[in-house]
Amino acid sequence: MALRILCCVKRVPSPGSRINLTDDGTAVDATHLGFTTSPHEECAVEEAVVLAEHEGGTVTVLTLGPPESVEQLRYAASVGADELVLVATDGAPWDPQRTAAALAEAIKRLETDQETFDLILFGNESADSGGFQVGVRVANALQRPMVNGIKRIELNFDGDGPGSVSARRAVDDGFEVYELPLPAILGVKEGINLPRYPTMRGRLASKKLEISSWEGEAAPGGQALVRLRRPVEQTSTTTILGNSAAAAPAVVDLLEELGVFDR
Amino acid sequence: MTVLVLLEHDRGELAEAARQALNAARPLAEELGVPVHGVLVGEDAAPLAQTAADFGAEVVHVATHELLSDYGPDAWAETTRQLGDALDADVVLSVGSDRGNEVMAHLAARSGLPFVANCSRIAPNLGPWSITRIQWGGSLLEDVTLAAPRKIVTIAHHAAAATPVHPDCRAVDLRLERFEPELDESVAVTMIRGRDGQRRGSTLSTAPVVIGGGRGVGSADGFSVLEELAELLQGRVGCSRAATNNGWRPHSDQVGQTGTRISPDVYIAAGISGAIQHWVGAMAAKKIVAINTDPDANMVAKADYAVIADLHEVLPAISEEIRRRRDA
Ligand SMILES: Cc1cc2nc3c(=O)[nH]c(=O)nc-3n(C[C@H](O)[C@H](O)[C@H](O)COP(=O)(O)OP(=O)(O)OC[C@H]3O[C@@H](n4cnc5c(N)ncnc54)[C@H](O)[C@@H]3O)c2cc1C
Ligand SMILES: Nc1ncnc2c1ncn2[C@@H]1O[C@H](COP(=O)(O)O)[C@@H](O)[C@H]1O
Repeated sequence: MALRILCCVKRVPSPGSRINLTDDGTAVDATHLGFTTSPHEECAVEEAVVLAEHEGGTVTVLTLGPPESVEQLRYAASVGADELVLVATDGAPWDPQRTAAALAEAIKRLETDQETFDLILFGNESADSGGFQVGVRVANALQRPMVNGIKRIELNFDGDGPGSVSARRAVDDGFEVYELPLPAILGVKEGINLPRYPTMRGRLASKKLEISSWEGEAAPGGQALVRLRRPVEQTSTTTILGNSAAAAPAVVDLLEELGVFDR
Repeated sequence: MTVLVLLEHDRGELAEAARQALNAARPLAEELGVPVHGVLVGEDAAPLAQTAADFGAEVVHVATHELLSDYGPDAWAETTRQLGDALDADVVLSVGSDRGNEVMAHLAARSGLPFVANCSRIAPNLGPWSITRIQWGGSLLEDVTLAAPRKIVTIAHHAAAATPVHPDCRAVDLRLERFEPELDESVAVTMIRGRDGQRRGSTLSTAPVVIGGGRGVGSADGFSVLEELAELLQGRVGCSRAATNNGWRPHSDQVGQTGTRISPDVYIAAGISGAIQHWVGAMAAKKIVAINTDPDANMVAKADYAVIADLHEVLPAISEEIRRRRDA
């Protein structure tokens, strides 16, 4: 039986040295920015593709966001995803309850057309809003077990196919081991793998892949955005210690002054 | 009517997060005019009740059930949900640690309520509350309103320092209560099944000196000049995501939003441009020295000190100078 894995990814701006905001303060000013997939979710896609390659199966990638999110779906396809699904919004940010409700509906819809997903992967948290909950809420709506913060995944097979998943979460002194019966849901953290880069062939193939898409619909939840702000920046003046290796004695003087030299 | 604090512990050892949570709960409870209650999930945590009282929990509930043998998000969340109902809690609060955010998310999902993660300011109102929370790992603040009959929140890690109410005396009257939730086997599915492995002593987060390298290092081998200096200063090597993504360093070395947060006495950032996601992981360093060929790099602008030069020339020269002085 072929393994079916779903990954939920989110399109987020890719800011450089500073995050600028729109004049009304309700969004990140993305005029000069590119967009990307959150690193945790990029790793989720990589993990799914590796599992599907090893065990034989397919990877579906689902996103909720503006129509431009197809860019992140195509990227996922260029590194090995097989099926792409967009739940479209008008681009205004959705709160976590609303996002989760629409994603859960989308998953139910995908599972009536085809079989249940054995494994659904989320990121540990989204890179921009970082609500730490969309995956958990989806799991609750689908009545499936979910554990977050996962750094290692192993499928366990019984007679007819994958029966359970062992998942490890990194803590200070090692790993906590969880074992969930399938179908299950996991939130993964960057570091679980090193995502591959797309190949030229992958890029070309991803352009041809059809994307299933429909409008998202769900009621807003109880958390509402008022505005975004930048935290007060500590402004420091930088003391230039030199412009060449000749600055080394000045650096070591500094290390002595700061008390880290005599150790 | 209470502020109910989930007291994080691991097999009976109180987490720093529990103390921080109590510190954040006290002023909030005062403003609301309600007491602070704490919940310890599992019999093995009972001995921690006194410490919780020292940090301001007026009543400590120890939840006991044969299924509560170790940590599991569903078991902890369902227990907390039932106690929150029994107490008619106004607020259920924890710290935004891995477990704190996870349990609160499960609690909120089970209760059909919103959950606001990583708050840095909570202002209760008669209507919806005004809350400030962190986004982008701390690079951005978000003001939100929260409308819910019970407010489920986590406090951003380290937003509330852990000082006990009575630092010197243990004079608080501890009120300990047993709570027996009704649980069925289904909550045990997500419980810890075992523990293994030694994480390679990742002391990056507590190292007093960190030498960080980015794309400017150029290769995996290029990190040898960082290793050398780190060894001389008994520090640790860190890196940017560019270095991790190139496979030059393991992810456990990565500093930043999706890596480790460091707070050394000195952070030497070599060949790192200072993207905001790197900066949030490094900004708690007491002093930052940037080494970069580009005088306009953000890391240079934000650092306390900088050397504008090739790291492959500067770092070996620093190591050499240290050896020279030590030999003298
Ligand atoms: C959601 C999200 C999360 C992220 N999380 C993290 C994170 O946790 N940690 C992280 O680091 N990044 C993170 N990033 C990536 C981040 O945005 C940057 O892409 C990354 O930090 C850049 O790494 P860098 O500074 O090494 O590379 P670059 O930006 O390419 O900078 C290289 C620097 O090296 C200098 N240089 C080049 N040669 C030399 C030389 N010989 N000597 C001295 N200087 C030299 C250059 O002038 C330049 O300033 C994240 C991104 C996103 C979108
Ligand atoms: N708009 C979205 N579309 C698809 N997946 C999402 C979306 N928002 C959040 N997620 C997923 O849910 C995880 C947790 O998000 P959050 O609760 O916002 O921290 C993310 O890492 C994603 O995997």
